[in-house]
Amino acid sequence: MTTATHTFPSPPPLVAEQGLCAAQWGMVAFLVSEVAFFSTLIVTYVTFLGQDTVGPTPAEALSLPLVIGTTICLVSSSVLIHGAQLAIEHGRQRLFSFLWAGTIALGIAFLVGTAVEWRELIVDHQLTIGRNLFGTTYYTLVGFHGLHVTGGVIAMTVVLGLALSRNVTRDNCISAQLVAWYWHFVDVVWIVVFLVVYVGGRGGGL
Amino acid sequence: MEAIHPGTLLAASETATQNLSIFAPASPAAQSIQDLAILTGAIFALILVLVEGILLYNIWRFRARAEVTAEPAQVYGSQPVEIAWTTAPTLIVFFLILAITRTLWQAKAAQPAPQLDDHALFVKVIGHQWWWEYRYETYDGRPLNFTTANELHMPVSETGQPRRVHLTLESADVCHSFWVPRLNGKMDLLPGRTNYLMLETELPGLFLGQCAEYCGDQHANMLLRVIVEPPAEFERWLANESAPAAENVAVQTGREAFMAESCVNCHRIRGTPAEGTFGPDLTHLMSRQTLASGEIPNSPENLTDWIHNPQTTKPGCLMPAFDLSETRLEAIVNYLLTLR
Amino acid sequence: MSLAPPAHPFENATHDGSGRRFGLTAMLHTWTTSVDHKQIGILYILMSLVFLVIGGIEALLMRWQLFFPRAEVLAPNTFNQLFTMHGTTMIFFVGMPILIGLGNYLVPLMIGARDMAFPRLNAFGFWITLFGGLLVYFSFATGGAPAIGWFAYAPLTEQTFARGPATDFWALGLLISGIGTIAAAVNFVATILAMRAPGMTMRKLPFFVWTMLWTAVQMLFALPPLTAALVMILFDRQLGAHFFDVQNGGSAYLWQHLFWFFGHPEVYILILPVFGMISEVIPVFSRKVLFGYEFMAAATVAIVFISMGVWAHHMFCVGMSRTLDLVFAAASLLVSIPTGIKFFNWLATMFGGRIRFASPMLFACGFLSMFVIGGLTGIMLASVPLDFQLSDSYFVVGHFHWVLIGGTLFGTFAGIYYWYPKMTGRMLSERLARWQFWLLYIGFILTFGPMHVSGMLGMPRRIYTYDPDRGWALWNQLTTLGALIQTPSYAIFVYNLVASWRNGTPAGDDPWDAWTLEWTTTSPPPSYNFEELPVVHSRRPLWDAKHPEDPDWQYE
Ligand code: HEA
Ligand code: HEA
Ligand code: HEC
Ligand code: CUA
Ligand SMILES: [Cu+2]
Repeated sequence: MTTATHTFPSPPPLVAEQGLCAAQWGMVAFLVSEVAFFSTLIVTYVTFLGQDTVGPTPAEALSLPLVIGTTICLVSSSVLIHGAQLAIEHGRQRLFSFLWAGTIALGIAFLVGTAVEWRELIVDHQLTIGRNLFGTTYYTLVGFHGLHVTGGVIAMTVVLGLALSRNVTRDNCISAQLVAWYWHFVDVVWIVVFLVVYVGGRGGGL
Repeated sequence: MEAIHPGTLLAASETATQNLSIFAPASPAAQSIQDLAILTGAIFALILVLVEGILLYNIWRFRARAEVTAEPAQVYGSQPVEIAWTTAPTLIVFFLILAITRTLWQAKAAQPAPQLDDHALFVKVIGHQWWWEYRYETYDGRPLNFTTANELHMPVSETGQPRRVHLTLESADVCHSFWVPRLNGKMDLLPGRTNYLMLETELPGLFLGQCAEYCGDQHANMLLRVIVEPPAEFERWLANESAPAAENVAVQTGREAFMAESCVNCHRIRGTPAEGTFGPDLTHLMSRQTLASGEIPNSPENLTDWIHNPQTTKPGCLMPAFDLSETRLEAIVNYLLTLR
Repeated sequence: MSLAPPAHPFENATHDGSGRRFGLTAMLHTWTTSVDHKQIGILYILMSLVFLVIGGIEALLMRWQLFFPRAEVLAPNTFNQLFTMHGTTMIFFVGMPILIGLGNYLVPLMIGARDMAFPRLNAFGFWITLFGGLLVYFSFATGGAPAIGWFAYAPLTEQTFARGPATDFWALGLLISGIGTIAAAVNFVATILAMRAPGMTMRKLPFFVWTMLWTAVQMLFALPPLTAALVMILFDRQLGAHFFDVQNGGSAYLWQHLFWFFGHPEVYILILPVFGMISEVIPVFSRKVLFGYEFMAAATVAIVFISMGVWAHHMFCVGMSRTLDLVFAAASLLVSIPTGIKFFNWLATMFGGRIRFASPMLFACGFLSMFVIGGLTGIMLASVPLDFQLSDSYFVVGHFHWVLIGGTLFGTFAGIYYWYPKMTGRMLSERLARWQFWLLYIGFILTFGPMHVSGMLGMPRRIYTYDPDRGWALWNQLTTLGALIQTPSYAIFVYNLVASWRNGTPAGDDPWDAWTLEWTTTSPPPSYNFEELPVVHSRRPLWDAKHPEDPDWQYE
């Protein structure tokens, strides 16, 4: 074997790999775990749907108009944040900050809407977390979603601060991108919650 | 079961060893499970001998020897070999699934409805922390409607004449599990759910088991006793249990003491004002061989100790001590002793 | 700025000659503020070892109580607290952190990276895991630990049945340490997917790294449901919610599903990295390349996905329909196929090799000979009707200790003996290793073998006492005896770790003549790991370097 050989075989050239960077993979992994978390809460919600012996039921307590409003806020905020990302990719920092601030405003509007809705549920329908299974599962699911929206708004505000101090640029927009992914995720979760809790869970139909 | 004896000697026990082995089946269900156990055990042994054999061969044959220094030939893998040792276990798994299906359909049947002359006993079993409530519902289609506790009596089956016992399992508090190994596998009692288990045996006698799902402090002493009797004897037992409690003027003071104490809040004695349902039904307490869910033999001394302070016998149990005076305690015990 | 390596983490504090006190505070400071993956890895391992001793002492107390029938060593409630804490400790604060710790130390080194992707998140993960553990143990100070069993079946965890704050500490502690675990998983995924050395494609990952990747994926799927379920417990207990409050329509059954949806994948989280370590050790000590890498890799993925669909095999006795029973039984049996593939490939790797029985290989053989037994008893448990008898009996206790010790622990020991020289620059004592191995091997069989027998003789688990007439005494006495034989082996191990760290023979960079990247750098590695990022062409870069005439990449 080891007779002094002349040329050793030389390896094939390396092919540069393309893919997400570490931060992006990190966010993807984190969102996977978030999917698992919300799936659990949603499955639990569905399991207990209609199992209550005392009211109020979802059909009695939940009213749609307000929620449709907050839903529109959240969905359109996803559009805005997407626009913001396109803007920064084209180097238009002013437009970015403007759209980004709009997203934050819509997120806050959503939270305000939720607060109004909860006030109504608690005051007018006496629905608390301890009232019945509906209250238990509803506040847990919607509450955790709201918590995530809050987290998103805080993260976006931080990014806005960076943007205003000109630290978000075309070549340095990873943080904005990751927050945008997170925001899209929060939005998708809301659409599922909306369909499960407000459409399907109220006994079908709008 | 020879192997057990040294252990019992070590433990210096006076009582004969009871058999709770899953390899001493006394019912068709337990029998079919044992058959499956033997089958899987055999497959287990085969695979084990194969794997350990190859391992030992490798260790012995390919141990590094000082004289050889060259690296051995590098073998990167082989597709046919991989396919072979994927296929073989797949076949075994497939075979096992077939065997499991067969046994599963034998051991776990659906619950029938009671019918006249069905020779079947229907009992509702309710698990409590840490005792068993048995509500006898029907036998042979006749309604029974009495409640007893901790010792389950059932009739023996005869060849050609099965007398099945259909248990409806529920829980009053936390999860428990009904397990009498020689009669059947276990089945859980979950609050908020209703489960079903069938018992059937041609062997008269006493069968032991115990709660098999952790249920709090005294899970270890939530013992099960199933007494399998010939039909006539079982009928006698039924007749006795169905009757209200015996009245006996000789123990009138004890009866009054019992009714005046808080006992009545937790215990029922049918035919008296005692209507509690939190604790075991005491109507025919003396027809039971044991107290406190099988923990201690039912003797007057044990009964006295129990009522004096249940917490020394069964620490943590849900019956408190009442600090009864000596005489009052004695009176109550005397009264309870008449509840045959 | 010069890149001169600072003295290695152990040295800079103790050997700086500037006075002991200063050295100690400096050391504490370095370790507590470190964001270096190697130091964090070691912290994880040390934490696990401390908890292993605590959990082991809890086990010994239980064994003392069970030595005689109707013994009165421990109060019933104390016994129940002990098995709850023992199980919780061993699973959450020994098994998981020790594997995460090894992964933390090794993954960047093995893929040729300078650190994990998110060093600060990494430190956060460790400290929060430790904090979770302390929180669970803090319950002792509040009048007693929880007595709910490690899977904490509802409604025993409701305020009605578990008064006092112990259960809240338990839930909060696990919740917090679970967040730490998720953080670690995120870090592993990002590191492995984005920070590999040039040329190290996904198909050329060292096998341990491959298994860590899938372990992390499994954590991402399995832990959040547990987190959610723990939140539900806390809401029930603190806010009056009704998730598991059966009186108000809550469900005991739901908890079981949620818990085991986590709980079953959890046990594979505890074994997959071990499969990885074994797949590193066996080739090196057999002097052969790992047989059938691709099949092994595919089997790993198969295990991850199948194992997410088998959870209800822990619930065969709750009265599911026969069809559901069968589905979950079949899925559980399917796991044996990829696991079998692994086994046969390991055996094939040994076959025709030149096997050196250094301590890592000794433990690897211990693993091979024992884990298969635990796996096969698992198959018996998965055979539904048989599980009707065996479930919640000591047979199950026998099964899972067999896989957890015979599998996870033996494999971890193999890994620690293998990589300790890299971590410290010193070899562990082979003589002590042999003592440890044989005491553990014999003690282990003697402890957990008889448990299968007592289980088949009808002994349920989690009982603090039993009647003398049951015929279980002998088997329990053998078990206790076995536990006593095991105990010194752990002490020897700890002694070996400590003594060899000071006095062990120096190891050099590559004491085992191994093939993966971590052996190219110094032992212990400098804080930046590699002076120059390595370039990789095959799964065994060092084989290529050592055998330039016949490199691996020709065959892959
Ligand atoms: C490291 C952890 C680990 C591992 C790897 C396993 C592996 C397996 N386990 Fe185990 N298990 C636990 C840890 C683990 N388990 C724990 C902790 C519990 C109890 C929790 C509690 O209740 O407290 C438990 C409980 C448990 C139960 C529930 C028992 C009950 O409570 O009623 C069941 C039932 O199906 C089960 C099955 C299996 C199966 C089928 C495997 C399979 O993965 C095994 C596969 C391996 C092999 C089969 C061997 C190698 C294969 C071959 C050589 C090929 C040829 C073989 C065949 C064709 C069969 N396990
Ligand atoms: C990785 C996991 C793991 C490990 C390693 C162990 C290790 C051991 N286990 Fe554990 N066990 C579990 C996981 C584990 N267990 C789980 C999950 C449960 C279920 C809990 C539940 O039901 O809720 C359980 C339950 C369980 C029971 C059942 C309790 C019951 O159902 O009533 C028993 C009973 O004997 C037991 C015994 C032992 C013993 C004797 C050891 C021994 O191997 C331990 C040996 C170790 C030591 C003895 C360490 C001592 C070392 C020293 C003292 C060193 C000296 C110190 C210095 C020099 C500094 N275990
Ligand atoms: C707070 C409720 C409560 C009160 C009050 C109470 N008991 Fe009990 N009793 C129980 C419970 C619960 C059990 C079952 C204990 C166990 O086995 O875990 C029990 C068991 C018993 C048993 C054993 C029954 C058997 O089948 O094994 C007897 C006898 C008994 N009680 C007698 C009494 C007497 C006499 C009094 C009054 C002095 C009394 N009890 C008061 C709750 C109560
Ligand atoms: Cu009832 Cu355990
Ligand atoms: Cu499992």
